[in-house]
Amino acid sequence: MKPSAFEYYTASTVAEAIDLLERYEDEAKIIAGGQSLVPMMNFRVAQPEVLIDINGIKELDYIRQEDDEIVIGALTRETDLELSPLVQERCPILLKAVSLIGHASIRNRGTIGGSLVHADPAAEIPVAIYGLDAKMRVVGPSGERTLEPEEFFLSYLTTSLEPSEILVEVRIPVLPQKTGWSFVELTRRRGDFYIVAVASILFMEKGGVCKEARISVGGVGPTPIRAEEAEELLAGQVITDELIKKAGQKAAEAADPESDYHASAEYRRDMTRVFVQRGLTEARNTAKGG
Amino acid sequence: MAERRRITVKVNGVEYEREVDPKRLLVDFLRDDLELIGTHVGCEHGFCGACTVLLNGRSIRSCLMFAVQADGAEIMTVEGLAEDGKLHPLQEAFREHHALQCGFCTPGMLIVTYELLKENPDPTEEEIRLAVAGVLCRCTGYKQIVDAVMAAAPKMRGK
Repeated sequence: MKPSAFEYYTASTVAEAIDLLERYEDEAKIIAGGQSLVPMMNFRVAQPEVLIDINGIKELDYIRQEDDEIVIGALTRETDLELSPLVQERCPILLKAVSLIGHASIRNRGTIGGSLVHADPAAEIPVAIYGLDAKMRVVGPSGERTLEPEEFFLSYLTTSLEPSEILVEVRIPVLPQKTGWSFVELTRRRGDFYIVAVASILFMEKGGVCKEARISVGGVGPTPIRAEEAEELLAGQVITDELIKKAGQKAAEAADPESDYHASAEYRRDMTRVFVQRGLTEARNTAKGG
Repeated sequence: MAERRRITVKVNGVEYEREVDPKRLLVDFLRDDLELIGTHVGCEHGFCGACTVLLNGRSIRSCLMFAVQADGAEIMTVEGLAEDGKLHPLQEAFREHHALQCGFCTPGMLIVTYELLKENPDPTEEEIRLAVAGVLCRCTGYKQIVDAVMAAAPKMRGK
């Protein structure tokens, strides 16, 4: 199908975009990469009256390190994240997550900010962001706010952004050397939306003991979740196969998925167990190797 | 009715200036306004890849972009591959290896594999399969396409 008619505006600064959002509020939609919005418009699931194109806001396209954070402008293309030596060296879990998004032609257009704001419950970047404890910087007419993942994501396709706010930046803490990590997902075909995705991060201390573990799971609810009981089980322990097995079971208990066209709730829960176990095994191995 | 916009785009080296409705999809602009019908419209929601073109050197799905957004851009479509009536080595290889039957996906296949070989002149079979995974082909089973790209790679390196 074809999209319905809309008024088209371009913004070349964040201030201009906010001005336009204030003027049109709920009638307006921001378009960045458009890889989720345009299909929805073509299906007429989304029929914004006004489209605000932010692709010209060059000030939102950057990847840099500031002290112990990787700081990424919201308009940074997914392909540019993959090509960034900084992301490759200092944030490989994000690189892995991004490489699993759709196909190259999608990543050439799609942006990190667009993926976060769209808040699709089967998107890779939000799962990585939950695991990394990254922060989202949003700007609106009355100033700016910095939000934790749990504050930013509210539900299916819903964030806590106000109608005239815009996401401008993602701030990701750099993981210490020798931190174990993995990003694994279950898809029926390469590039499909996942059924379950798991990001695992193991902060290690001397003697092969895991100081802190983070496990975030996507595909089991309206937003990604952190499998907190499983994380607690691993903290302060040497990660054994037996512990990984138990952590997978705990994570599956924490998941509260719904059945849909792609997978039943039972299958999603069981695959949470399997993929948390696989993910933790891989993370433990990278910690050893790293 | 939304206001029409005047845009300038360079497609396959030729500059075009046209007025477009903002809701005009880039693929419809290419096919219906510029009459470059080599690019195909398939699913119109970014799934099939038949409409893939290069935008400023990178492959994109032209059904997931509005023509008005391409103002000032350089685009290459499948028509841009052949030079002086002579098929591109990649097209020759597709013909040689029977890498198409119905031909619907072919413009997308050629563009994504052209992009692949430009960035990675000596790809493995696995890398080729990854590149073409984003374009749906219901005829060939992909084998002949992979064979064609494997065969084209050394010819393009030698070019």
